[in-house]
Amino acid sequence: MILWVMAGLLFTPLAWAVLTLLTGFRHGRWISWLGIVLQALVSVGLWAFVTRDGGFYYPLGGWQSPLGIELRVDGLAVTFVLLTAVVAGACGWHASLYLDPEKSWHRYFWPLFWFLWAGLNVVWLGDDLFNLYVGLELISLSAVGLVALGGQAGALRAALRYLLAALLGSLFYLLGVALLYGQFGSLSLSGIAGLLESGDVESVPVVIMVLMLFGLAMKTALFPLHKWLPPAHGIAKSPVSALLSALVVKASFYIAARVWLETGHHMGGYALGQLLGALGGAAVIWGSWLAFRQEKLKQVVAYSSVAQIGYLFLLFPLTWNVSETISVQAQQGMTLQVISHALAKSAMFLAAGNLILSVGSNRVDALAGVSRFLPFSLFSFGLAGVSLMGLPPSGGFAAKWLLLQASLASGQWWWLAVLLFGGLLSAAYVFRVYRASFVEKTDVDEFYHPHRSLEVIPMILALLSLGLGLVAEPVLSVMAISFSEGGGL
Amino acid sequence: MTPSLLYAFAGVGLCTIGLYGFVRLAHLLRKLLAFNLIGSGVFLVMVGLAQHHNGPDPVPQALVLTGIVVAIAATALAVVLIRRYFHLSGQTTLAEPARGNDEGASQSGEDRQR
Repeated sequence: MILWVMAGLLFTPLAWAVLTLLTGFRHGRWISWLGIVLQALVSVGLWAFVTRDGGFYYPLGGWQSPLGIELRVDGLAVTFVLLTAVVAGACGWHASLYLDPEKSWHRYFWPLFWFLWAGLNVVWLGDDLFNLYVGLELISLSAVGLVALGGQAGALRAALRYLLAALLGSLFYLLGVALLYGQFGSLSLSGIAGLLESGDVESVPVVIMVLMLFGLAMKTALFPLHKWLPPAHGIAKSPVSALLSALVVKASFYIAARVWLETGHHMGGYALGQLLGALGGAAVIWGSWLAFRQEKLKQVVAYSSVAQIGYLFLLFPLTWNVSETISVQAQQGMTLQVISHALAKSAMFLAAGNLILSVGSNRVDALAGVSRFLPFSLFSFGLAGVSLMGLPPSGGFAAKWLLLQASLASGQWWWLAVLLFGGLLSAAYVFRVYRASFVEKTDVDEFYHPHRSLEVIPMILALLSLGLGLVAEPVLSVMAISFSEGGGL
Repeated sequence: MTPSLLYAFAGVGLCTIGLYGFVRLAHLLRKLLAFNLIGSGVFLVMVGLAQHHNGPDPVPQALVLTGIVVAIAATALAVVLIRRYFHLSGQTTLAEPARGNDEGASQSGEDRQR
């Protein structure tokens, strides 16, 4: 039975990618709806398995670890698989109505979408460092293709810039993996962690960790390596931007977090953790400030992603050499931040896409008067904004609350300033969009009305993100599922 | 200094040269070549260092084979994008065009099948 679930998670997206490559956009739409339902089912199936029996390692194709590829299915991985099913499903649904089937090149959306999904599942479940690299590259290449789907010179420039940054990041990560393999003769993350714990390895040079984290931080667009993100996320089609901001940048962060949590105590250091935290803090402040200054609506949302990613990097200082409870608190805060940002940001991008579709311009000041014509989309935008600001009861609030508690408990009070100031700045850029939309002084009263479903999808996502704070306990309990006693099947 | 270690050092050298080119050169094709140079360097490190520590080892060889496939896929995608970008904008670098026409200018190029 578990075989079918794993096959469903990894094989179907690849099969669907090939299938949709053979059809046009309209047929691809039907096939993809079916695929999204299937993915949701197998994701829930995996969750049911893991809650019943605990986490496990799954050797792909029955080949054991040194030779074969081992997958690691634990609470955190399941949480991310489920999140992907929700967000990618919603974005796929939105895209099926949003993209114009008459433009012939839009038929490539579906194959790229499914390759992206396959790569994401590989990364969430991977335990083999090289396989994680392949998963990351699969994600990057399909994401770049999706950005280039816009087809114009601006989109291609953004896509190329994104591609070059992503490739360089991957190579740095791969160089780290190469050095790690030279040192340990193993590629399994849990195997390396075991070797480090057993204590019979001489000290590991910190340069390995620096190389891997530098590469991954570049792919996650950590300040000051964030320059590629706003053009790519800003110019892509709205469902694509939503996918990229919500899930793609999280993939490289997830690997960085996994590597740090498993091996950071031996391979990292206090200074490295503090440096990453400081860069994250700078990203929060600088990204929010730039978001406030942008003229184009989607650039506001894209810079907001740079800021929100910054919070995630507080994980590194808050889990290095602290007591178990503080570390768990920081991890829970990170997980909630990932989930709430993924839901809120996809809602925001989809809502922004509707607003742009409606007013026919991508500028913030063109939104004047739209509040009376498209209140639903604007409301979703605002609800998502509430979560980004970190107001209760949103998921963003719960995440920041946990991070705040972890910083106080570990005596690193300086992160408080980041958490408080970042919230204020995000309020500033959300309200700026609102202010523009309530301006009544306009002669335009012709607004295009998007399809009803297009407005419902961001609303659902925004409500999920808002409600996350209320159901934080059950969500975190999934993440906390540990490995079953036997360890195997 | 074993020959394997020499490979690893050569790999580090290639990475450095490639990185320098990647950062300093503006022409997109040159950037792409620099990327390939870094890639080759990483592969050399991967095989050389593992052989130095563990003796002849098939695993890194298999990894490098996969890595080469990934690098070719990435290079192919980059070349297609660069060509298309050149057709649409007439540029070979990522420099932003003068303000104001960065979306308008590209509208004229009717999009054929990509």
